[in-house]
Amino acid sequence: MTTLSSPAGSSELPFPGLRAGTEGVPAHEGDAQTAKEFSSDQEVRWCPGCGDYAVLKAVQSFLPQLGLRRENIVFVSGIGCSSRFPYYLDTYGMHSIHGRAPSIATGIATAREDLSVWVVTGDGDALSIGGNHLIHALRRNINMTILLFNNRIYGLTKGQYSPTSEAGKITKSTPMGSVDHPFNPVSLALGAEASFVARTIDSDRKHLTHVLSAAAAHRGTSLVEIYQNCPIFNDGAFDAIKGNDTKGDALIPLEHGQPITFGSSQAKGLVRDTATGGVKVVEVGTEPGQVTEDQLLVHDAHQADPTTAFAISRLTEMGYLDQTPIGIFRQVERPTYDDQTRAQVHSATQAVDDDPTDRLASLIAGNDTWTVV
Amino acid sequence: MSKQVKQLDRVIIRFAGDSGDGMQLTGDRFTQESAVFGNDLVTLPNFPAEIRAPQGTLPGVSSFQVHFADHDILTAGDAPDVLVAMNPAALKANLPDLPVGATIIVDTADFTKRNLDKAGYTSNPLDKLGEVDDVLGGFQVQPVDLTGITVEAVKEFGLTRKDASRAKNMFALGLLSWMYGRPTEGTIAFLGKRFAKVPDIRDANITAFKAGWNYGETTETFAVQYEIKPATGMPAGTYRNITGNLALSYGLVAAGVRSGLPVFLGSYPITPASDILHELSKHKAFGVTTFQAEDEIAGVGAAIGASFAGHLGVTTTSGPGIALKSEAIGLAIMTELPLLVIDVQRGGPSTGLPTKTEQADLMQAMFGRNGEAPLPIVAPQSPGDCFDAALEAARIAVTYRTPVMLLSDGYLANGSEPWRIPEQDDLPTIDPAFATETNHEVTAKDGTTSGDFWPYLRDEETLARPWAVPGTPGLEHRIGGLEKGEGHGNISYDPANHDLMVRTRQAKVDRIAESLPPLQVDDPSGKAKVLVIGWGSTYGPIGAGCRRVRKAGHDVAQVHLRHLNPFPKDLGEILARYDKVLVPEMNLGQLSNLLRAKYLVDARGYNVVRGLPLKAAELAEAIGGLVAEAEGLAPGELDLTPTPSS
Repeated sequence: MTTLSSPAGSSELPFPGLRAGTEGVPAHEGDAQTAKEFSSDQEVRWCPGCGDYAVLKAVQSFLPQLGLRRENIVFVSGIGCSSRFPYYLDTYGMHSIHGRAPSIATGIATAREDLSVWVVTGDGDALSIGGNHLIHALRRNINMTILLFNNRIYGLTKGQYSPTSEAGKITKSTPMGSVDHPFNPVSLALGAEASFVARTIDSDRKHLTHVLSAAAAHRGTSLVEIYQNCPIFNDGAFDAIKGNDTKGDALIPLEHGQPITFGSSQAKGLVRDTATGGVKVVEVGTEPGQVTEDQLLVHDAHQADPTTAFAISRLTEMGYLDQTPIGIFRQVERPTYDDQTRAQVHSATQAVDDDPTDRLASLIAGNDTWTVV
Repeated sequence: MSKQVKQLDRVIIRFAGDSGDGMQLTGDRFTQESAVFGNDLVTLPNFPAEIRAPQGTLPGVSSFQVHFADHDILTAGDAPDVLVAMNPAALKANLPDLPVGATIIVDTADFTKRNLDKAGYTSNPLDKLGEVDDVLGGFQVQPVDLTGITVEAVKEFGLTRKDASRAKNMFALGLLSWMYGRPTEGTIAFLGKRFAKVPDIRDANITAFKAGWNYGETTETFAVQYEIKPATGMPAGTYRNITGNLALSYGLVAAGVRSGLPVFLGSYPITPASDILHELSKHKAFGVTTFQAEDEIAGVGAAIGASFAGHLGVTTTSGPGIALKSEAIGLAIMTELPLLVIDVQRGGPSTGLPTKTEQADLMQAMFGRNGEAPLPIVAPQSPGDCFDAALEAARIAVTYRTPVMLLSDGYLANGSEPWRIPEQDDLPTIDPAFATETNHEVTAKDGTTSGDFWPYLRDEETLARPWAVPGTPGLEHRIGGLEKGEGHGNISYDPANHDLMVRTRQAKVDRIAESLPPLQVDDPSGKAKVLVIGWGSTYGPIGAGCRRVRKAGHDVAQVHLRHLNPFPKDLGEILARYDKVLVPEMNLGQLSNLLRAKYLVDARGYNVVRGLPLKAAELAEAIGGLVAEAEGLAPGELDLTPTPSS
């Protein structure tokens, strides 16, 4: 098992010059840690069948793989069902207030290079009440991983529509159907110039773990949208991409460096749409009207220009998940706010060598003094 | 030519002009010169919220008042002895504040038809000097073409007339510096540094400044020079001039040094607090991190995060920002993390008067959160005192693991006074006392015991919980906004536990009173029946008002509160000692309400909410009225004329 904080792990990064997301965080020494060690003694209290259980299990199993000291990991959450997450992990954690987790995490991540900082949030928490903090964390590129559990409903407040609910959604607060236009979280993150944007699904443990590994290894803000089923208030929201007979044609896996193909028999693919500047789904083959495989769009997550990644994100019309790209949309190198801030403080403190007490005395005295005897 | 020199014990000068005329800079330099000269002084800057309000209009007038004296003074003065007016609007706006006999120096250049119209003058008041309808009849008016002489003086630098005329404020400063015998080296050095990159502008300003001085010295317009000797009776020590925002910033840097904690400021720009953000941004060499957040909430959120991570989290703002931060402050109360919340109060409600002072956020600080959310409150009483108040707020926050609100205000923030620079050894030491060990023993089913960490197990004396920062092995724990079980800190919905925790959080704040020194009651004769009690920036005006009453031969006691929550332990007993209690405030009676509620005392309010500091003369009247009542006299029957000193 590779530990992502090791030099070996770093070499897997797409950017040789860039530090790993976990660099600076002390590595665990001794026997490998277990999922059990990362589980707290608190009883997990989500509704039976909630997608959050699967994500929690995946994270508890994944965290030991990071090879970091448990005490140097911090989970911060806002308010909502998913935000109970930190209580169930035996790391440091804060269950904060609605929408504000990214700002609290910003303080933690900027103050301390030696901490691995994680934010757990939901579609209402991150995109509605906390929308401002989310976009600013993404634009600053603070070294943290944001897990955005998207169940497309308000669960904790018992079933109102959320900023990702489809238009027309009938809920307690929209008995005649919602007239709100939904956000596409991946498009939003790309618009905010996020350096790492991915989407995964609660029920696909392997894919989820793969995306989490890449997100943790990325230095900067990683946004991972996790489609998560709410069995009580929005059951079946993701049936199109989970049903055995539909998912093959609905899920579009993105793999860096690979042509984008999907379909039950890989008979579909993506090409650029020169008419719109976007991308479109085509049938792959040699028949008239079909497109040969060599003409398909090759996914480049490391492309500095986010245009294509954005175009791919637009394939998903909220409410109609029959075209849903999953995987890493974008992973690019960009300096992080916290590294640069610490570098400024570090260089300023290195530039002085006298005792802080003497320096304080000289600072507060200033230049224009007089003496009263 | 030798001129007459008159001795004065104190002078109040007000520089007034258009927002773009550099009046704040002029006043600031005059203050600095006076400070270095050794006068005691207090300043009152007053400026519009607009960066460049419409030129030449009354709302666009910016002024800077400085009161300096040969003895210890407490306020910026009620009424200026000298007004320097750079245009008709500045004259008109400030005239009502002048006492009869005041000196007015006006720049005649700006008294054009257009400017007179803008100021609402139908004719030029300077044309009527000495005539029957002279509106300036009661004053000594000195019309000088400040602009014209300045332009002439700086001709050699080849500046445009517009640029050249901008040095007129330095000409005025030079003239006033001559009149009051101010030392000039500091200003010349300051101008050299400030305009180092633009030699023409630098030289023009220095030349204008010197020309102003020489104008006073050589022309016959100004026949008298005044001398105000350095102040006596001030405690021995090294002094500097300092504004409240600067002193507060230094206090925060000092709190970092004295606690060994890196300071982390999360802040969003807001008047009149932004200067603290600017100042702290310069002090990275002290390990200070500043984060300019996307909004007020993110500012406090990041500060809370930094505190959780073991830094000294600070957030700075004004009243509207406190409103936005309230929920996050509640989180800091619930998670019991150290946090400094600095509120530089301004006129409210809503956007209110952004550049004016007020102290109407006391109730917001006390109660402006959901639930029972007690929070310690401290307030500085003068610009220099902001330094000590910041250190005291940090001591309480770190010792008791709690957010602390510091209530400064716009007057303290921008006003200045001579400040005795403290010795490092006299500053408090603040011990973060981080938790490093488990604090609780658990017994497993098989009977074996092991150490566990309980984040809400409290110190018996302070009731503070342990501060265990991430990175400390074995102390992993989770905190949050949900109610905690006492001790173990896990989520608890138990009714009895909630009642206990609500009371414990209150008790923890109440315990702070145990650490406070006794109040200093200023009651020189010991015979006063009236006590005047205040908090914050009203200290100066209240003190000056009390002095006036005492000079007229009456007794009055004064006490000023640094701690608004909890109140000092001896406050109730002190209040009970006096027949009458007067509470002057720049609000509608917030402290008096708190005193009435807690001590069942008939605290009377003296409340003025003009966006300006209280006036000493008005306070003396109010205090006198209450003294009369205490003596059984009718209001107004008490003679407030000063008695000849014995």
